[in-house]
Amino acid sequence: MISAPSQSRSGPHPIFLWLFSSIGKKTVVALSGIVLVLFVTGHLLGNFTIYLGKDWLNWYAEHLQSLGPMLWVIRLFMLATVGAHIFFTMLLWKENQAARPKKYIASDPVGTSVFARTMRLSGLIVLGFILFHLAHFTVRIVDPAFQHMDTMLDGHEVHDCYRMVVTGFSNVPVSILYIVGLFLLMMHLSHGIGSLFQTLGLTNRRIHPLIETVTRAYAWLLYIGYISIPISVLTGIVK
Amino acid sequence: MKFYLEVWRQKGPDGAGKLEHYEANDIPAEASFLEMLDIVNEDLTKKGIEPIQFDSDCREGICGNCSLTINGVPHGPGRGTTCQLYMRKFRDGQIITIEPFRADSFPVERDLVVNREAYDRIMQAGGFISERAGSAPDANSVPIPKVVADQAMDAAACIGCGACAAACPNGSAMLFVSAKVTHLGLLPQGKPENDRRVLKMVRQADKEGFGNCSNYYACEAVCPAGIPASVIAHLNRNFSFASIKESIGITV
Ligand code: HEM
Ligand code: SF4
Ligand code: FES
Repeated sequence: MISAPSQSRSGPHPIFLWLFSSIGKKTVVALSGIVLVLFVTGHLLGNFTIYLGKDWLNWYAEHLQSLGPMLWVIRLFMLATVGAHIFFTMLLWKENQAARPKKYIASDPVGTSVFARTMRLSGLIVLGFILFHLAHFTVRIVDPAFQHMDTMLDGHEVHDCYRMVVTGFSNVPVSILYIVGLFLLMMHLSHGIGSLFQTLGLTNRRIHPLIETVTRAYAWLLYIGYISIPISVLTGIVK
Repeated sequence: MKFYLEVWRQKGPDGAGKLEHYEANDIPAEASFLEMLDIVNEDLTKKGIEPIQFDSDCREGICGNCSLTINGVPHGPGRGTTCQLYMRKFRDGQIITIEPFRADSFPVERDLVVNREAYDRIMQAGGFISERAGSAPDANSVPIPKVVADQAMDAAACIGCGACAAACPNGSAMLFVSAKVTHLGLLPQGKPENDRRVLKMVRQADKEGFGNCSNYYACEAVCPAGIPASVIAHLNRNFSFASIKESIGITV
């Protein structure tokens, strides 16, 4: 006999059953991960305007600011995304700790990668880095002088984002902090991007090795792209 | 050959347990790991020490009973079950640490024996097909594409040994659950109840207290049946689709 179909079951709504199942929670982490990866990619492309010259970067920064209320919608959306990402990863972590309370005495991390094993650490350091970055260039409280850097663009007075970035990265310790913080992001994404394909079920035995290679390379490309900016400032290529 | 063993001894399910040191002398290189333990146990019995308790049954790599973690790796070095591991794999005079499979859902009963009934309950939740009794249909009357048959066959190799959950830093049973789901769900006989199977097996695994998969792939590295971790991707997408179908009441 075929047993009764599951939809006749009473209890919590299927959406909640899914959301708080092991796979549902992972899926939220992966989906929020996609949004974050897309954001990190877009942010880098925007930042690259610095190589086109002062007016380009300032034009780009000014356009972002002029989004007005839309900018706040985007910010809140990103905040919610990061919030969901952290909430569910920590929930997963708590459950995973409980599922394996006793470690092996002769431990051997067979088959796992360092990057995979350090996701929580790299993620939390990245969180710290993001907060510093926001305080540095968005809220501008690390160096309050950044708040009063203005310049002229097409006859308007605008914030001199370009001057702020160059001044900011001329500070060697600050640049090192960025290079290290971004390295941890690279570590996080080295495992994370490939991992999300697995979580969302967008892979199979044949394409899995290819996905791993390409996504790892992508994490490195993002890293090189990002650190090229402080390095260009420090070496005087951008001044 | 001679080995220095560090073996987990535990009196009962609630006992504290600790590693005890034993020497394994005059072990033939062609002895299997379990035969080595048999020799050590004979020795211990002669000395009036309680022999080391461990699980085994078929001793030919098909039942999945021999659940030992050897030097931190379930089933020890190389692919294959503990009973198919031979002492020539080790160096003469090597220190070998033997612990039970570790996962909260596999409680230790005694020494190296763990209770793996949690896997049985996951199977009971949905790891079957509801086939009518009656005369068998003609062979090959239901065509199955070769690629699908191969995938199902690969997944069907799972012997339910529990090494995947024991190797997983999160104590997750995902490789096992997805091997079963892939094996049964790809074939025409298993399709009619695929959604229900996927939902029930995953929910049972969660209920048993197994951890969540972090895509570490330790399971794949130790699985004696060579189940690829990509079956977990198959399970993940099936589970999410089945959940969507469930929320609008069209699960099969
Ligand atoms: C802000 C602090 C962050 C924390 C605390 C954090 C933490 C974590 C943890 C612990 C995991 C592993 C989850 C698991 O498999 O059990 C993870 C996965 C992931 N994270 Fe983060 N993360 C953070 C930021 C980011 C950022 C900024 C990005 C992207 C730019 C990102 C992208 C990803 C991706 C793609 C995954 C993989 C998802 C999957 O396995 O399917 N994370 N994160
Ligand atoms: S998937 Fe592999 S390791 Fe896990 S129970 Fe099946 S045979 Fe054992
Ligand atoms: S004793 Fe049966 S698989 Fe090892």
